[in-house]
Order: sequence, then structure tokens, then C-alpha cells
Amino acid sequence: MKPETENVIDVRGLRYRYPDGTLALDGIDFRLHAGECAAVFGANGSGKTTFVMHLNGLLRGEGSIEVCGLRIDGSAKADTLAAVRARVGLVFQNSEEQLFMPTVLADVAFGVANMGLSSENAARKAKEALEQVGMAGAAEKAPYHLSAGEKRRVAIAGVLAMQPDILVLDEPTTSLDPPGQRELLQLLRRLPQAKILVTHDVDFAAALAARAVFFERGRIAGDGEIHSIIEQFHWSRGSE
Amino acid sequence: MASALRHASVERWSRGSSPLHRVDARAKLIALLVFLTAVATTSKHAPWIYAAFFVLLGSAIFLARLPVMAMLARAALVLPFSAVFAAMTWWAGDFPTAAVLVAKSFLSILAALTLAASTPWVRLLDALAFLRVPRPLLLVIQFLARYLFVVGNQVAHMRLAAQARGGIGKSSLSGFHAAAGAVGVLFARSWERADGIYKAMLARGFTGRFPAPQVAPFLARDVAFLCAAVFVTVAVRFAL
Ligand SMILES: Nc1ncnc2c1ncn2[C@@H]1O[C@H](COP(=O)(O)OP(=O)(O)OP(=O)(O)O)[C@@H](O)[C@H]1O
Ligand SMILES: [Mg+2]
Repeated sequence: MKPETENVIDVRGLRYRYPDGTLALDGIDFRLHAGECAAVFGANGSGKTTFVMHLNGLLRGEGSIEVCGLRIDGSAKADTLAAVRARVGLVFQNSEEQLFMPTVLADVAFGVANMGLSSENAARKAKEALEQVGMAGAAEKAPYHLSAGEKRRVAIAGVLAMQPDILVLDEPTTSLDPPGQRELLQLLRRLPQAKILVTHDVDFAAALAARAVFFERGRIAGDGEIHSIIEQFHWSRGSE
Repeated sequence: MASALRHASVERWSRGSSPLHRVDARAKLIALLVFLTAVATTSKHAPWIYAAFFVLLGSAIFLARLPVMAMLARAALVLPFSAVFAAMTWWAGDFPTAAVLVAKSFLSILAALTLAASTPWVRLLDALAFLRVPRPLLLVIQFLARYLFVVGNQVAHMRLAAQARGGIGKSSLSGFHAAAGAVGVLFARSWERADGIYKAMLARGFTGRFPAPQVAPFLARDVAFLCAAVFVTVAVRFAL
């Protein structure tokens, strides 16, 4: 019998220490259902970015991580990692780093081409994704000449083009103008994928997610309905 | 900062649409190799051949509608290096060899610059791949260019940040100290940025090989350019 809700992400007892000794994650337990959207809140330096880096094997800590039934651990093979990375689309907090190809189109097509599509198909998917984020006009520009918000949009397109099962967005609204934020909200609402949304923008998160987890010094201090989490941790500008 | 800007302007020129820009990158690359070989093997007793090479290169720059003075200024950056050796030979009483040394290095760099300024970076890499330059070497070239740009950008940002807070930018002793400290931070930051870029590539499924280059058809126009360029170069070299 199949469980009515299937976990696409299953993390247990995750601990991670940076090489300089900082203990950034100290026993994380987290699960996410197919199609679910969860917001991740927490103070600066509480470990949110470190956590999402684990979700497609960029960092390897102690504990167990399963993505769509695929286990990422020390012995994970290259093709397991490739399969995981095709399923988890990660938009980095710093979009400067995410853009590295000579043109916007080539950059957005990069991930798709790595999945083995022909260059024409990759370019077509890339154009569609650029269309979705309103950047079709910049396809031939050099990514490093874009404005901060434009870079953000292109970085998001690069992940959308791969059509992952799980979207992980680390601070996606930073440097987007209000219309850009509104469009991103509408776009994310239309996408059926499971989503993890790391953000300090409480209103944006509440408009999209029903659930929130709260990070505190490398642990999850709260997990539940988003409004009650906001209230419990006084996590909005309005609450004293 | 200067290096980032310089990189940026050659990059901008390379996106032009002159007749030379439209020629296939492979044809231009082969023409460049023939030209460099011809220059390298020309005798020092035929000064007018060098003059003819300059005229030849000048017409290519004219055909590409590139800013002549700015191109000459950039090519002149090699002069200090070759001038040292030239001065030594001149000192030893061999004026022709000294003059030829300077002429050869200046012609070679100007020719390479003309190719770089009339061919988008992506097309150039594709052409190198087509001419069977080994992939690992191409990867190194691509990374190097990308990281050089990263370092250049870091310098620009740090300099601006320092100037905004009244730091370096002035030529005083305290400015020198600030600069010396900044160099250390620059390396650390460039390293972390490069590492971040590498992680972003992995996150989108990078496995160590770039997607296959797009092969554009080699047109009659490209054949004509290649034949003409090779014929004229060889004709000048052998003083027909
Ligand atoms: N490369 C690194 N080396 C050492 N320590 C690091 C490194 N990156 C992050 N840290 C430390 O790990 C902890 C968690 O950092 P992380 O970036 O995950 O925080 P965050 O919750 O994403 O914060 P923010 O809201 O500011 O983005 C912090 O104490 C940080 O100083
Ligand atoms: Mg973060």
C-alpha cells in the first residue's frame, strides 16, 4: 500500500561542521511531501543556507538525507548525485555565483544541457524559462553586465529550465522590485513542484506557504502552520 | 579595476556586426595561426615585410570597424616586456634584431587582439574545440577567463567599497597599507567566489564536461576569407 503522502525529502539527524570549526547544523530532522511548500525562517547565521546546500549534495554532513528515495551519503555514486541534482533545483542566495556562462541564454541552458538534451532543445527550454521570468530580451547579454534583480531572474530561469521536482529557493526576493516579487509569487503559485523557500520576507512566504520551519543555531526550533510559527517566534516587523 | 574594464571593452567590441565579425571563428583562427607563423619566421633583414604585415593587420582592424587607437594602446601593453630584451640586444650592438623583436611581439599581440575583438568568446571556444584542442585545456581556458573576470570584479568592488569609506584610491602611505591588507582579502574572496561558482555548476549537474559546441555551417564567405587571408600573408612573407 502506498502512503497517501510521499516524502520527497527526508532528512534525519543532519550535523555539519565547516572546516574552520563552526558547527552550522546540529541535528536537523526535516521532511517534505510531494507538492508541499515550506518556508524556512531563522536569524542570520542560523544555518539555513548550509542546510539547503545539503539537499543536492553540495555539502556532506553526518546523518541521513534522502531525496525522492535516493540516498545522499559519503558513498553516493556520481550518477546518484546527478539524478538528485536533476530533481532538486537550487537557486543560490548569491546569484553572482550562479551565473558563469558567457551569455544569459548559455547560462540558462547549462543545466538542461547537462541533463543530456541536444543543444537546440536546451536552447528552446532556456528561452521558455527566460520568458517565464520576463528576461527573454536579454538572452544574448553577458550575465555579469546585468543588474542585481536581473541576475536574480536569470538565476531562477536557470533552475526552472531544468524542470526539477523540488524547487529550493534561498532568498529569491532579494533585489527584486515589487512587480518582480509579485510576478515571482504568481509564477511559483502556478508551479506544481514541492518548494522550500528560505526567506526573511514573511509576507511573501505567507502568501505562498502553509507551513514554516524555524532555524535557531543549527537546529529546527519550530515546525508548523506558518502564522503560528510567525507568532511564536515574533517573526514579523509588526509583532513586538 | 583597470583589467576588468579592459576585459569588458574587448568583450563589448567582440559583439559587433562588421564583415569581419561575421566570418566563421574557425576561419579567423586558422588565418591567425598562419599569420603568427609568418611573422615569427620572417627574417630580420626585410623591414618592409614588417611594414606590409602592419598594413595587412590594419586593414583587418578597419574591416572589423574597431577603434584603431584603443586597439594599438592595448597591444602596446606587451611593449615593456619585449622592450627589455630589445634594449639588451641593442646594447650588444645589434639594432636590427632589437627592432625586429619589438615588431614581432607587437604584431603578434595585435593580431590575437583583433581576433578576440571580432569574435564572441563562445564562438572562439567552439572554434578551438572544433580544431581538436583537448577538452581539459579548453576547460582550463574557460575557467581561467572566468576566474580572471571574477578577480577583476572583486578588485573593482573592493576598491569602490574602500573609496566609499575613504580608504584606498589615494596614493598615500596609509593607502598603501590598506591596499596590502586588501590583497590578502582579495585572494580569499576570489577563492571563495570561485568555489561558489564551482558549487553552482555542480548544483546544475556539471560533470566535468561542457555541453558539445554548436557547429555552424562553414559558408562560401568563410572559405573566401580564409583563402584570401592565407594567400596575402604567404605572399607578403615570401615577398612575391
Ligand atoms: N564557508 C564557511 N566557512 C565557515 N563558516 C561558515 C561558512 N559559511 C557559513 N559559515 C557559518 O555557518 C553558520 C551558518 O551560516 P549560513 O550561511 O547557513 O546562515 P543563514 O541562516 O543562511 O544566514 P543568512 O540569513 O544570513 O543567509 C554561520 O555561523 C556562518 O558564519
Ligand atoms: Mg543564507
